[in-house]
Amino acid sequence: MKYVDEFRNPNKAKALLREIEKLIARIEICRHRSLSLMEVCGGHTHTIFKFGVETMLPDAVELVHGPGCPVCVLPMGRVDDCVALAETPGVIFTTFGDAMRVPGSKKSLLQAKAGGADVRMVYSPLDALKLARLHPEKEIVFFGLGFETTMPSTALTILQAEREGIRNFSLFCNHITIIPTIKAILDSPDLQIDGFLGPGHVSMVIGTRPYRFIAEHYRRPLVIAGFEPLDVLQSVWMLLKQIAEGRCEIENQYNRVVPEDANREALAAVNLVYELREFFEWRGLGSIDHSGVRLRAAYARYDAERKFSVPALRIADPKSCQCGEVLKGVIKPWECKVFGSACTPETPLGALMVSSEGACAAYYQFGAIRRQKQGTNAA
Amino acid sequence: MTALLNTVSIATPVRRRGSISVPTVTLAHGGGGSAMRNLIDDVFVSVFDNPVLAPLEDQARFPLAELSRLGDRLAFTTDSYVVDPLFFPGGDIGKLAVCGTINDLAVGGAIPLYLTCSAIIEEGLEVDTLRALAKSMASAAAGAGVSIVTGDTKVVHKGTCDKLFLNTAGIGIIREGVNLGADRCRPGDAVLVNGLLGDHGAAILNARGDMALSTKIESDCAALHRLIAELLAAAPATRFIRDATRGGLATVLNEAARASGVGVEIWETATPMREEVKAFCEILGLDPLYLANEGKIACVVPKDEEAAALQALRGHPLGRGAAIVGRVTGESPGRVVMNTIFGGQRIVDMLVGDQLPRIC
Repeated sequence: MKYVDEFRNPNKAKALLREIEKLIARIEICRHRSLSLMEVCGGHTHTIFKFGVETMLPDAVELVHGPGCPVCVLPMGRVDDCVALAETPGVIFTTFGDAMRVPGSKKSLLQAKAGGADVRMVYSPLDALKLARLHPEKEIVFFGLGFETTMPSTALTILQAEREGIRNFSLFCNHITIIPTIKAILDSPDLQIDGFLGPGHVSMVIGTRPYRFIAEHYRRPLVIAGFEPLDVLQSVWMLLKQIAEGRCEIENQYNRVVPEDANREALAAVNLVYELREFFEWRGLGSIDHSGVRLRAAYARYDAERKFSVPALRIADPKSCQCGEVLKGVIKPWECKVFGSACTPETPLGALMVSSEGACAAYYQFGAIRRQKQGTNAA
Repeated sequence: MTALLNTVSIATPVRRRGSISVPTVTLAHGGGGSAMRNLIDDVFVSVFDNPVLAPLEDQARFPLAELSRLGDRLAFTTDSYVVDPLFFPGGDIGKLAVCGTINDLAVGGAIPLYLTCSAIIEEGLEVDTLRALAKSMASAAAGAGVSIVTGDTKVVHKGTCDKLFLNTAGIGIIREGVNLGADRCRPGDAVLVNGLLGDHGAAILNARGDMALSTKIESDCAALHRLIAELLAAAPATRFIRDATRGGLATVLNEAARASGVGVEIWETATPMREEVKAFCEILGLDPLYLANEGKIACVVPKDEEAAALQALRGHPLGRGAAIVGRVTGESPGRVVMNTIFGGQRIVDMLVGDQLPRIC
């Protein structure tokens, strides 16, 4: 595939790995412990496992798979709300595919569908709007999910619905914002992260400036990274270079897509349609201030939470789950008490086991190799 | 297997065949009366015509002596087909129902001989659609040299099945000395496939039209028994063959790794895939290794026969794109490991359910 294969070139990977080795030799910390670099975005986690990037990196670099999989951080109560909406008579509930299997306190959307609820997988909120046009007798609810990456497309769909006077369409808004989330992780007392791979597609919308506080206040370097394996490897190299040179900056590896400035049109639509929630509940991380958005009052008629009665109950994460500690990089997925025993991709307890972007599912499915190698080395 | 073709009361090969003049199938066609008889005659019997079917008894009958001349074991299989849409680029549910069951016999080393055809029809289906699909079955069977020798129809209420479900069972004969099994793979063996992977899965997803992508990917739906016969002739010590249908190559290799207690190592760069299929998966966040195939097998052959096996596969029209994609190892028993195009390694596990497209 043109414009894709170039970013998967194994010779370039080898060259970068040699440079990474050289940098490690220059970094003082690496003599005592390995460096922990967190990729914030689930898309990066996916790439890292899909191409086996982790198995190529030297032991001195540990990747910590952060909270950037929007499916994974969805609390159980919100999934219950989805199920309740989907089971409301006359509703067609539309969702992105990978949210289908996330467990609620009683069932997932997939189970609700099997029980007769009209749940449909869509690829874009515009597909949901199309359903609304096709079925004027039904209420179409779209499950809006994701960080700033998917927020503008949902906002534009709402604006489109308004322009066309479509009344049988609404949004169950679970959009979340990246900056308060990173801040919450940085404020965590048990944090041990030496640098961040910043999210690529989120940054395409918000630009590179909002990350400055991470370098300035928290003294951690961040490199905004693309999603091909060479992007990830080059970003790791850029982080190590900063650390080796004693720098602490926000850099942009993904400059073929991410501008320094925000995408004004996208943000304008976002600001027009949404307002910040006071707080939003995250699976594993608890409640984080200003980390979610909801529809403004002017768009209340498109807000599924106002249009229908949703239970909106807070459901605590299962006690045995250590998703939060995994998300923060405090423990590795396989160090969780229930990893691979009570919690597997077939019977996920925690959301990290559900989506293929979730750190635990990724380790369970793709990841045992490096661990095996480390185990062998340790033995 | 009762009420085969439900034809006990009309069984006489010389009678005039019934025909049907209404445009759609109704519940009357499932009632056991003349409407049903006419439907079966018009749509199925007219095109499946063969001496074993001709008496239209409740069951097909064939002499054992003839069968036992072909081999020493009977292979017997069944499969149901519920694909949506009924017609897709490269095939239809009828062709699929014939080829799929032939392949299920053939991968066990059997020579496929006889098929059944059970149709569960949703009321309202157009008779012409049913005719076209029965014709497609007949032509696939004729092309493969197998006969459809007995069957059944049921008509169900609107909404209780999706247009048409087909079931075909099949009987074949396994030659003496042919012993294939998922548990027979040994370290050092080669893993081969007979061509481009993922075409069927991508074609079906695309034909459903949800993605609004325009691609020309066609299903690879084909009967593989002749290709497999060539393979077994060239590489008689072949350990294992399986058609990589639902769950794709990844699933088949996991089954072999677990059953044999061995590891399987595959190379991403050696795995044949169409550029369009790769791009299709890339856009939708799917893994082509798990996409269904309907004309592709994975086979495991001992190292000293791998060259002959590859040559035999490539010598057949359905195996032109054959390749050695991996090797059986003694490491990580039960696991399939892929050496990625990028130079890393990843574990290729069984999927829990369907692949679900990723959000972003």
